Amino acid sequence: MSDDKNLPVKPEDEHGSAVEVAEPIPDPGLEPHEPRITDIDPKAADRVERQVSAMFGLATLLVLGSCVAYFAIPRDSILEFGPLSGNANNMVIGLCIGLALFLIGAGAIQWAKKLMVDEEISEDRHPAHSSPQQIAEITEAFQQGTAESGFTRRKMIRNSLIGALGVLGLPAIILLRDLGPLPGRALYNTIWAKGIRVVNDVTDRPIKPSDMVVGQLVNAAPANLAALQEESPAEYQNAKAKSAVIVVRIKPSEIRTPPGRENWGVDGILCYSKICTHVGCPISLYEQTTHHVLCPCHQSTFDLADGAKVVFGPAARPLPQLPLAVDSEGYLVAQSGFTEPVGPSFFERG
Amino acid sequence: MSTSTEFPGPVKWVDDRLGIAKIGKKNLRKVFPDHWSFMLGEIALYSFIILILTGIFLSFWFKPSMAEVEYQGSYSLLKGLHMSEAYASTLDITFDVRGGLLVRQIHHWAAVLFIAAMMVHLLRMFFTGAFRKPRELNWLIGFGMLFLGIIEGFLGYGLPDDLLSGTGLRITNGMIQASPVVGTYMNFFIFGGEFPGDDFVSRFFIVHVLLIPGIILALVTVHLFLVVYHKHTQYAGPGRTQKNVVGYPLFPVYTAKAGGFFFVVFGITALMGALMQINPVWLYGPYNPAEVTAGSQPDWYMGWLEGAVRIFPGFESTFWGITISWNLLIPALIIPPAFVTIVALYPFIEGWITGDKREHHLLDRPRDVPTRTGIGVAFITFYALLWIGGGNDLIATHFGISLNNVTWFLRFAVILGPILGFWIARRWAISLQRADQERLLHGLETGVIMRDADGKYTEKHQPISTYEAYSLTARDRVVPHELGPETDENGVRAPRRALHKARAALSRFYYADAVQKPTTAELEEAHEHAHDADEIHELTEDTETYREVTSDRS
Repeated sequence: MSDDKNLPVKPEDEHGSAVEVAEPIPDPGLEPHEPRITDIDPKAADRVERQVSAMFGLATLLVLGSCVAYFAIPRDSILEFGPLSGNANNMVIGLCIGLALFLIGAGAIQWAKKLMVDEEISEDRHPAHSSPQQIAEITEAFQQGTAESGFTRRKMIRNSLIGALGVLGLPAIILLRDLGPLPGRALYNTIWAKGIRVVNDVTDRPIKPSDMVVGQLVNAAPANLAALQEESPAEYQNAKAKSAVIVVRIKPSEIRTPPGRENWGVDGILCYSKICTHVGCPISLYEQTTHHVLCPCHQSTFDLADGAKVVFGPAARPLPQLPLAVDSEGYLVAQSGFTEPVGPSFFERG
Repeated sequence: MSTSTEFPGPVKWVDDRLGIAKIGKKNLRKVFPDHWSFMLGEIALYSFIILILTGIFLSFWFKPSMAEVEYQGSYSLLKGLHMSEAYASTLDITFDVRGGLLVRQIHHWAAVLFIAAMMVHLLRMFFTGAFRKPRELNWLIGFGMLFLGIIEGFLGYGLPDDLLSGTGLRITNGMIQASPVVGTYMNFFIFGGEFPGDDFVSRFFIVHVLLIPGIILALVTVHLFLVVYHKHTQYAGPGRTQKNVVGYPLFPVYTAKAGGFFFVVFGITALMGALMQINPVWLYGPYNPAEVTAGSQPDWYMGWLEGAVRIFPGFESTFWGITISWNLLIPALIIPPAFVTIVALYPFIEGWITGDKREHHLLDRPRDVPTRTGIGVAFITFYALLWIGGGNDLIATHFGISLNNVTWFLRFAVILGPILGFWIARRWAISLQRADQERLLHGLETGVIMRDADGKYTEKHQPISTYEAYSLTARDRVVPHELGPETDENGVRAPRRALHKARAALSRFYYADAVQKPTTAELEEAHEHAHDADEIHELTEDTETYREVTSDRS
């Protein structure tokens, strides 16, 4: 079945494949050209000439002005407009250059619209495809070239070449192997381990249960994190990205402890991973009265009094909990590392 | 004007080597049609040039390194803080290089404008059917540039290594990680190990300044070459046909207009850079993986993706020791690629449904193809609702409504909104077509009410000009794709009958209710009828007077 049968005009039409639309009303041809005031009145034309030259002249002054401003205005001076303020050097340079560019453009456009000849002209189109003669010529040339090369006749050359070029893709991929290490178990572990103290992430001080009042939430980190900063800044950032935690104290009567976690808190003090299980933003907005924390990135909401389960938003899993204990000096420590990978899900997580 | 057969000295030197007269004679007076909507692509092109110019300036000072340094520049609030060289050098550009902040802000504004201009340009192409044969390839090239432009913008956003950009990268990292099987591997290869590591700035930098701009530059060249080769499309009108292009010559009119417009675009972005703050990285501080600011927002063009991820419910499946994160897989890794694939392939989809294989150089008015217009509006609605979802927290806080309600509303609206948008836009287009038809067949409503001897009231109609009547009818007569005979002349059943049936049904739907332009006979009949009923009537002086009298009375 031909795909063209429903068309009003055959594509093999003499003018290429374009569709004819001049019915039911025949094309009356271009509307007559209306002269502009600048075409009739020489005074109006002169006025436009003055306008355009004024724009170009002003642009020249502004460009020079921007050069003066560069040297004349101190780098740190501030311009104030009521509640708004900005760096004076940047602003004046930018204003001068911006206005100058705008005036050059506006002048050129005004010139084109008002003074240049505005009679529309017409150009013929030609179909995009080649003419039958051209097709015949190129086909013949191509066939001649193919025959002369023996490419189609000597199949062994052709096939071995295709094979050689085909495997060339392999090193291109393999050479990229060292872009990074394999994930291994990296995502399963953090630097938390048994006996690591929980420290305030601003002051680096260890935390005693008595330091925390009911309703308080502290952003915390493992005590062994700070030492990494000297060793390797990248390792430090990577470790920090996974080990950040929030420590919260909730009235014990309001806590619903998930089975198996009965001894993970200390006097209503619970510790959860700060890294959202959705895509890994650090969770930061805590609402005391409801014990909810909200991730500011995608608004996943977790209930810290109920095993940090998801109460709203796109996250699918509760925040992992870190089991807490108190060491011999009375500071909060981890009973162990996290019992599951922290942060967003991944395929092999299970 | 005397015509010289020899070039003056320096031009001759060039011509002797390049033969410029041969190239120039064809193109110097090349005709381009005039319409405001044809400058949208120009804005995109010019902002790309501005991006290259300002980007080169920035690269003289920016240090694409994540090595840790102690900031000692002139911004006192961050003095002594440890940060990456990338962030420190961004602060230096902002506070210690004169004009640095200006150029950085022009660069950012131009990037925002670049992508916006490409999108609006794409919409113009879509709604006017400019993507039809022979321009499908240029549609794909343009679409490729839009896609690369968005990635380019996102990479640039990540380079300063401030708290906001780091948060954006971390979200991206989390999304990549949700890909089945390869997720963690892809992340480790992209970031050189765990997030954040110390590799991504230098890697993103080279992709941002060399690889993607290089590809875009090559694509721009092909894009413009094809515009010249195909010649620009034009709107139908008297003297403007499928076989010609009517407008002004490249030299001098478009040299001045388009060249001038480059300066206008550059001037406006420079003024924006001077007066409007964008991405004040010094306020966010260096990236700290344990912190995030509330109200974090990506650049606008990532908003729809952000919105999809925000409003999708938290579905996840765990089985056979693996985890499938539907809450990321669907909104971040399935819907966006599916969406862009459909948009990219639209010219081919429409061509298949309509069975139209002809060249088109006259643009459609959006009303004349109601179904396409409806589809376009459905896409816009879908995109816009997701985009709104990207700011659900800001909407909740600004309007004092529950975040949860905003999210729940959007979860339904992204499905129902596009359907509603499609239906309204399609019916709207059809009504506009009917209004056009009315105008064509019965003329203009003059507002003049006549009473005849029998006491019957009629409104006088004035015929429209031949030029306007021609413009209104200079479009295709729509013919749905027909299902061929079940068997051919030899009684053999046509192959793939079900596919053809589906295609014919789609084609009927595509053209359903669209107003067909009148035939010559219909037009004549309408005019005759009008004369009989004295409906169409040239306004004479009498009727003018009559109108004045009536208006005096009222």
